[in-house]
Amino acid sequence: MELSPLVAMVGNPNAGKSALFNALTGARQKVGNYPGVTVERHSGRLALDDGRAVELVDLPGAYSLDPSSPDERVTRDVVTGTQAGERLPDALVVVVDAANLDNHLRFALQLIALGLPVVVALNMVDLAERDGLVLDPAVLERELGVPVVPTVAVRRRGIDVLRARLTALVGGTTADLRRLRPSDGSVDDDIVTLQRRARAIAAAATVSETPVRRWNHAVDAVALHPVVGPVLLATLLFVMFQAVFSWSQAPVAWIESAFAALDDVVRAAMPDGFLRSLLTDGVIAGVGAVLVFLPLILILFLFILVLEASGYMVRAAFLMDRLMAGVGLSGRAFIPLLSSFACAVPGIMATRTIDDEKDRLTTILIAPLMTCSARLPVYSIIIAAFIPARQVAPFIGLQGLVLFGLYVMGIVGAFVAALALRRTVTKGDSSGFMMEMPKYQMPRLGDIAIGLWSRAWIFLKRAGTTIALTTVILWALLSFPQAPAGQKQAEYSVAGRIASGLEVIVRPIGFNHDIALALIPAMAAREVAVAAIGTVYAIDDVEDTRGERSLVDNLRGRWSLPTALAFLMWFVFAPQCISTIAVTRRETNGWRWPAFMVGYLFATAYVMAGITYWLAVFAGL
Amino acid sequence: MTSILTLETLPRHQPAAVDTIDWDRLAAPEARRLRELGFDQGVAVEVLHRARLGSGPIACRIGRMTVALRRAVARSIRVSTATLPAE
Ligand SMILES: Nc1nc2c(ncn2[C@@H]2O[C@H](COP(=O)(O)OP(=O)(O)O)[C@@H](O)[C@H]2O)c(=O)[nH]1
Ligand SMILES: [Mg+2]
Repeated sequence: MELSPLVAMVGNPNAGKSALFNALTGARQKVGNYPGVTVERHSGRLALDDGRAVELVDLPGAYSLDPSSPDERVTRDVVTGTQAGERLPDALVVVVDAANLDNHLRFALQLIALGLPVVVALNMVDLAERDGLVLDPAVLERELGVPVVPTVAVRRRGIDVLRARLTALVGGTTADLRRLRPSDGSVDDDIVTLQRRARAIAAAATVSETPVRRWNHAVDAVALHPVVGPVLLATLLFVMFQAVFSWSQAPVAWIESAFAALDDVVRAAMPDGFLRSLLTDGVIAGVGAVLVFLPLILILFLFILVLEASGYMVRAAFLMDRLMAGVGLSGRAFIPLLSSFACAVPGIMATRTIDDEKDRLTTILIAPLMTCSARLPVYSIIIAAFIPARQVAPFIGLQGLVLFGLYVMGIVGAFVAALALRRTVTKGDSSGFMMEMPKYQMPRLGDIAIGLWSRAWIFLKRAGTTIALTTVILWALLSFPQAPAGQKQAEYSVAGRIASGLEVIVRPIGFNHDIALALIPAMAAREVAVAAIGTVYAIDDVEDTRGERSLVDNLRGRWSLPTALAFLMWFVFAPQCISTIAVTRRETNGWRWPAFMVGYLFATAYVMAGITYWLAVFAGL
Repeated sequence: MTSILTLETLPRHQPAAVDTIDWDRLAAPEARRLRELGFDQGVAVEVLHRARLGSGPIACRIGRMTVALRRAVARSIRVSTATLPAE
């Protein structure tokens, strides 16, 4: 098979490689994996001006050809032609940030020295201009000896010229004759020499320059202020969690009524029987119970994506570094941990930016303790059923306070776990914290929309497959065999008998038969617990043939308060999420760490739920 | 007057240049990152922010870039304020 020429986008982190890649390839891109490592390979097709097609790959950002993370290693190996499963690129698009030439040119010089055909994209010229920096691309071109194209990736400026230069470059005569210079990995002295040369070139190419980014510094003066900064961060987080609940109320109600209407339609259209029960009690009840949380998840991700795209997230990491250092982590861990409030899966994937291995592992192991959105269904239904909607102070309701307490519990648990892990299984020198703080930017609507859509899609797929399937299986296991008169279906059925076995173990921490039953399918995902309990009561509730009695009423009638509290505490810790376990396995390359994670979290969940139950019992609740 | 300070103690917003870096006091990956971020003799630096009085990381400007680093690292970067033209 004739492979089309390969062109790789390379450059420092945040140079705008991905933005440029998107501008060049449009929507046609593929995400794969490099063999043996957990580094994603983003590729797409680009039609050159003469009609030929090339494959474009967006390589992970790096600072030099001397890798310090798996991502950077892939970048080096691809551009030196030593990456398994990848051919040597026919040309490189070296992306540099115009406002940061001193630094980005150094890596560019290293890349140019490799000998592959190169075109330099002088990106972010808009931001450079905003900062009062005027550059002369012709000088750069002369000094570097390769074509230089000024671009603004996010506004598609310069894209056509870039494509024209690439067309001339790919398959031209210059390519194959030059030899690659092997990188020996010991480029320390080189770096200093290159850096000096980079600075000299940058100075030569600078036409005029006014002092840097006044505007940025003014914002930072507030955002990073020793007192105001942390207050601002706390306020932002508070507003974020507040918004998650208040903005979501209306859409949640719409989804609920849509499912109720669907339920009515099915009940009216079908005769009473197994199929109807499967559809209403199984599929509609199960998927509906989970889907109502889509608005919450989207709002949470909206905030996280905006904070990330605006450049604020790194400032938050800066502010949090002191605190994180206290438990043996670094400020870098803050970003993955904050994402884990939405979902631990992207959170754990975001740990890839942590270069210290021990640091990264610890962050992965505690990420599931952040209260992810899948716990919200569980928390909110139990709180609605058992915690009175009373005001304890102006603007502070008891229900909200309990919810807040559960979040705090998770955070405290995570910090204690980090402390303990750093002294035992992930012992090692405390790692450093050194990062570049990107410029503030107005987040772009399109990027945010794409980010949200991909999160929504993952969630919908999960609701449509894993969760629908587990609820249907549970429904089947609960419905057969049919209990004779006088016996409870939830105890007589196959699922009931399995649960009776588990009940022996969880009885000491106050869990009843229904909970034991719900815990098993909830292994797939926490929110299934709610769907499962809903299904149990829907099937079991003989008086309520029309599905009218609410889950809340059922819970109130059947659970004691200590049991409900223990159940809440259980979910603060229990690692009941297949996706989290799977992503941990992928990110740590084996079963050892996910097994450890599941073990320590279940043990903690059991102990903490037990303590909660017995304390509540003795307190006479 | 030539005064030698470290980046840790350099007053905020005082223009300075990197004098020498005590590479031996830094862990190898830290030293490399520092080089990659452009720290080198003669480069202009400025302390922009300190996360908290007494402890916590420091944000500084190097070239046209803002970089956050911990105090322990900043301590091994000696800076001088005299090599710059007076402002
Ligand atoms: N103003 C402006 N922003 C840009 C430009 N190119 C990229 N960005 C933004 O800079 C940030 C980093 O870009 P990204 O493509 O993710 O960088 P990468 O790390 O090199 O892939 C994103 O928020 C982009 O939207 C540009 O030319 N002008
Ligand atoms: Mg990128």
